[in-house]
Amino acid sequence: MLAYIIRRVFQSVIVLLVVGLVAFAMFRFVGDPIENMLGQERTQEDVERLRSKLGLDQPFVFQYWKFLKAAVQGDFGVSYRQGRPVAEILIERAPSTLELAAVSGTLAMLFGLGLGVYTAIKRNGWVSNLIMTTSLIGVSLPTFLIGILLIYVFSVELGWLPSYGRGETVTVGSWSTGFLTSSGLKALILPSITLGLYQMTLIMRLVRSEMMEVLRTDYVRFARARGLRESAVNFKHALVNTMVPVTTVIGLQLGSIIAFAIITETVFQWPGVGLLFINAVQFVDIPVMAAYLMLISVLFVGINLVVDLLYFIIDPRLRANGVGAH
Amino acid sequence: MTEPILSIRNLVVEIKTRHAILKAVDCVSYDIAPGEILGVVGESGAGKSMAGNAVIGLLSKPFSVADGEIWLKGRRIDNLSREKMRRLRGKEIGVVFQDPLTSLNPLIRIGDQLVETIMEHLKLSKKEAERRAISALEEVGIPAAAKRVNSYPHEFSGGMRQRVVIALALCAEPSLIIADEPTTALDVSVQAQIIALLKRLCRERGTAVMLITHDMGVVAETANRVAVMYAGRLAEIGPVRDVLTNPKHPYTDGLMGSTPAAAIGLEKLRQIPGSMPRLARLPKGCAFSPRCNRATDKCVQDPPPDLTAGEGYAACWYSLKTECTG
Repeated sequence: MLAYIIRRVFQSVIVLLVVGLVAFAMFRFVGDPIENMLGQERTQEDVERLRSKLGLDQPFVFQYWKFLKAAVQGDFGVSYRQGRPVAEILIERAPSTLELAAVSGTLAMLFGLGLGVYTAIKRNGWVSNLIMTTSLIGVSLPTFLIGILLIYVFSVELGWLPSYGRGETVTVGSWSTGFLTSSGLKALILPSITLGLYQMTLIMRLVRSEMMEVLRTDYVRFARARGLRESAVNFKHALVNTMVPVTTVIGLQLGSIIAFAIITETVFQWPGVGLLFINAVQFVDIPVMAAYLMLISVLFVGINLVVDLLYFIIDPRLRANGVGAH
Repeated sequence: MTEPILSIRNLVVEIKTRHAILKAVDCVSYDIAPGEILGVVGESGAGKSMAGNAVIGLLSKPFSVADGEIWLKGRRIDNLSREKMRRLRGKEIGVVFQDPLTSLNPLIRIGDQLVETIMEHLKLSKKEAERRAISALEEVGIPAAAKRVNSYPHEFSGGMRQRVVIALALCAEPSLIIADEPTTALDVSVQAQIIALLKRLCRERGTAVMLITHDMGVVAETANRVAVMYAGRLAEIGPVRDVLTNPKHPYTDGLMGSTPAAAIGLEKLRQIPGSMPRLARLPKGCAFSPRCNRATDKCVQDPPPDLTAGEGYAACWYSLKTECTG
């Protein structure tokens, strides 16, 4: 098992190195930063001086190494647009995205699992059919459209919920939270539904199909033949086995919730990391873009690693490590 | 004659398809006495498993018991509620399925699977149930049972897993075991062990066994009586020695001629021409008539005389015994 963990960590590091290379390459291939930083009236001498000052005259590999070293220490350079360290901006923006992702991820997981199990057990009930049909909307409508629809109904027509922003926030330590004020909580509702709906329907449909598969297996039939209660058959025997493949997907979906937050944050003008990224793209603020890229990849790789380790906890066959396993 | 443990009377199992209602089991009757092993043989699709599933009340959707009665120890069970039927399964009727590799839940320790079954049916504390689980494993010949209860199914070989399955089927001391092809998925060398085990345990406890198989060798080895099924109907039933050495039904005769072990001494393995008709295209008279070399117009026109459950009968207009003497 230890060998497996080490191998997975090693793989993760390689993935991060490659992403780092891509992020770093942006600096070099999206225009020459020297051109951007110096005005029209520059001399060749100015260019050379700045180039050596920024270390841009050094070999590519050396520059990459420096970039990585700085990135590991949390130094992503200075934002071109705001003139402040990128790390500082990210830390400031992170809580709002993380809170949004946490709420919509929890919603997606709870409802996705619950409805998936329900529709698998009551396969042919009309409620199940209704849920399945409705879920097609969640899968097929694009996120921004759902967001705009929700804003139209609940903010414009009914006027119940705010259409943009985070509401009032309270700062706890360096973390600004919207959980503690009623306007903050209200502001969370529409964006988190928008962000979580797609993931929820995806998880639900996956849980349903996996569970239906499991309900057909011999061991479920045998569990019934042993006279176990339906509840034990469904929730003990079938659900545990359903969770093996579902865990991977849920894990990856949590990662993409944060990545997909870009769209939701744009629709709702949510002051999070996604909105920061969109603004950075508009202004070609490369340090911010590079840092965002690195951050998302660390997140994905991290979640992936956790999911792989979760596998060990759920599935004893992986723990066997060759002992008695065929 | 002692009261039979299981008594099936005129059982009809129907399949509802879009076009028609077919009879997977058609008017089948037989008894199983305490301690008796009844072999039920026939080709795939002959309805032998279907009858077993009807007894344990686990027929799923397109199949249903349409007519007939099933009695267990003097109590009619085919019209019980689902909940009452569930309590009977495992407690009064134990089941062993074909494939031990898929019968056990791969994610749950075998000890826990035993304990949950025991506690469902017997009023025992967790401690007592655990002790009983260990002794159940010892009885089926699992070495170091006290240690092995904590193992997962994948840590056992196929034969050992089938022993665990048998322990699960017997742990609440049922009066009837339905073994559906219990050795088909196993190595030949292991088959004999499993059959011997099943035979010993049932003799010790006086458990009646319905042994569903297509293996004539297993039947010859194990069963007291044998019921031969063809296209959903009983072709012949009788004491195993009589049926195997002196078959009365031409189908049984053909079956014996096509069994390698029984055909030793014959010059060539015989085969029955053609194949079993599909249920949707059953001939009007005797279902076997298109393949029978002694069929007459009468066989084609009229279904053979009904079998009454008795010592030995063959559903044939010209059963071989009478023919042979003539």
